[in-house]
Amino acid sequence: MSTFVMDTVNVMNRELRPVWREPMSVVFAMIQPLVFLGLFAPLLPQMADGSALQWFVPGIVAMTALMGASFTGSNLMEEMQSGSHERQLVSPLGRPALLVGRALKEVVPMLMQVAIIVAVVTPFSFDLHLGGVLLAALVLSVFSIGVGALSFALALASRGEDWMFWTVQQTLLFPALLTAGVLLPMEGAPRWLEVVSMLNPMTYVVDAVRALFAGTYPADVVLQGVAGAAVVAALGLWVGVRAMRRSS
Amino acid sequence: MTHSHHTDHSSSPAIVTRGLTRHFTSRKQTVEAVQGLDLEIGQGELVAFLGPNGAGKSTTLRMLTTLIPPTSGTAQVAGHDVVTGQREVRRAIGFVGQGNGAGHRQLGRDELVSQGRAHGLSRADAHRRADELIEDLDLTAVADRKVSSLSGGQRRRLDIAMGLVHLPRVLFLDEPSTGLDPQNRANLQGLIQRLHAESGSTVVLTTHYLEEADALAGRVIVVDHGTVIADDTAARLKSGLGDLVRLGFGSASASARAASRLARVADARVDVADGTVDLRVKDGSAMVGELLADLAADGVPPTRVEVARPTLDDVFLDLTGRSLRETQQSTEPSTPETESEVAA
Repeated sequence: MSTFVMDTVNVMNRELRPVWREPMSVVFAMIQPLVFLGLFAPLLPQMADGSALQWFVPGIVAMTALMGASFTGSNLMEEMQSGSHERQLVSPLGRPALLVGRALKEVVPMLMQVAIIVAVVTPFSFDLHLGGVLLAALVLSVFSIGVGALSFALALASRGEDWMFWTVQQTLLFPALLTAGVLLPMEGAPRWLEVVSMLNPMTYVVDAVRALFAGTYPADVVLQGVAGAAVVAALGLWVGVRAMRRSS
Repeated sequence: MTHSHHTDHSSSPAIVTRGLTRHFTSRKQTVEAVQGLDLEIGQGELVAFLGPNGAGKSTTLRMLTTLIPPTSGTAQVAGHDVVTGQREVRRAIGFVGQGNGAGHRQLGRDELVSQGRAHGLSRADAHRRADELIEDLDLTAVADRKVSSLSGGQRRRLDIAMGLVHLPRVLFLDEPSTGLDPQNRANLQGLIQRLHAESGSTVVLTTHYLEEADALAGRVIVVDHGTVIADDTAARLKSGLGDLVRLGFGSASASARAASRLARVADARVDVADGTVDLRVKDGSAMVGELLADLAADGVPPTRVEVARPTLDDVFLDLTGRSLRETQQSTEPSTPETESEVAA
C-alpha cells in the first residue's frame, strides 16, 4: 500500500473511533433535519402525484448530509485549539492524507443518518424503493466527502477562530438548502432565483436523490446528480488539501 | 532508507543551525522573532532553551520541528534539512507541544496506537509499544478513558508517551510543565530525566522556569529578543556570576566602612545600601569566614550574614538587566510569538 493510502486509512479510522464509540452523537447531529421532518412536512399540501412525504424525505436526507458534513470542521477546530492537530502536523502523516482521511469519514455518519430517516418514515405514507435509496446514498456519499472537505478547509482558514467558522458556515447553509429546493420546489421561482438554483450543485444532487427515492432511474437526472456531487467533491478536496498544506 | 541511523549519525550533531532566522509580519511591521541563530546540539544532550515569553524559543522549536519554514538560514535535525527533508525530520523526531497532542474525544490507548501507525509501525508493534508506554508512564488506570476526562498531569504524560512511540532520536518538548502544579512539575522533570538517561535520545525543551532549566538540563541556552545571549551548563553560568554574600550592619556608617574595606577583595562587585553590603564574588561561600574575621578586626563586625548561591534568575538579570520574573509578568499579548500561537 502506498504511504498516502495507509496514512489516509489511519486518519479515517482515528476520526471514526468516536463515532463507533458514541453512535448516539450521530443522532444528536441530525436533530434539525428531524425537526423539519416532524414539524414542517405535515404542513406541505398534498401533491398531485403522490404523498408530500415522498417528495419531502429525499430533500431532508440531502439536508442531513449537508448539515452533518458542514459541521464537521468544528471537530478539526477543536483539535487545532487543543494541540492535537499540531501534533499530527509534526508526525510523518502526509498533509493530503490528513484532509482526505477526515473527509472520507463523513460518509459513515451520513449513511447512518439516512438509514435512520428511512426507517422512521417508512411506516408512514412513504414507499421504500431500496435499490433507489442505495444508489442515492452513493451519490450523497460523494457529496458529503466534498462538503466535509470544504468544512475542514473553512476550519483551517478560520485558524481556530470559532466565530469565523460558524458565521461563514451558517451564512452559507440555508441559502444552499433553499436554492437547492430542499424545503419547497423551485418551480415558479422568479428568474434570478432560478438561476441561483441552477448554479447550486446541490440542486442536481437533490433532484437525483428524489428520482431515486421514488424508484425511478431517469439517466439524465441521475447523471446530473452524480456530476453535481462530483463537482462538490473535487472542489472540496482541492481547496481542502491546499489549506492543509499551508497549515502550520 | 536502508542505511543505519546509528552508524551514519553517531558522531554528527543532532541539531545544527546556521543563521536561522524567522520574521513575522503583522500590521505592516516586521518582527524578527529569531535572528541568525547558530547552534550545534550533540547527540544525547539534554538542552533547555530558557527565556521569557516572546523571546523566540517556541518559534525556534517550530522551525526545528518543520511546523514553520525559516525566513532565512538553515537547520538540520537528525541529519536532515528541515525544509528539504521535512518527511525524514518528522520520522526522526518526537514532539510534545504546548497543547495536548491527544484528541479530547479519543481514548489514550487509541491515540498511542494511531501515532505508532503514523510512524510506520505494524498494527501488532503499535499495540505492543502502546502497552509498554502506558505501563512505563503510569497511565494504566486511565489509558482506556476519554482523554477529556484526564487530569492535566495525566494528559501531559500521555502527550509525552505519544512523542516517544517511535523511539525518536530527538525529542522536542515545548514548555512541558506549563500549567502543572508543583508536584506534577517535579514528577514530570523526574520523568524527562529518566527517559533521557534510558533512551540516550537528544532532548530539547523550552521553559521559562529557571528552576526547571536548572534541575533538568545539562546545557542551558538563554534566549532573549530572538538571539542567544548565553549558552553553557547551568553550573558554569552560575559560577561565572559568583555567590552573593549579603552582610548587615548596625548603622549606615558601619556599612560604608565595611564596603570600603571589602572593595579590596579581588574580582568582587560591591553594592552598598543603607546598612547592607552586597558582595558578588566567585566562591564567596568559601571566603565568608575569612571576610568576617577581617571585618571584625577592622572594628565593623556584621550583625547579619547571608550567603546565596547564584540562581539562573541572577544570571538572566546580569545578562539582560531585567529579571526573568519581571519579564514574564509584563507579557505583551501582541508579541509575534503569541500571535503565531493563536494563529496555529
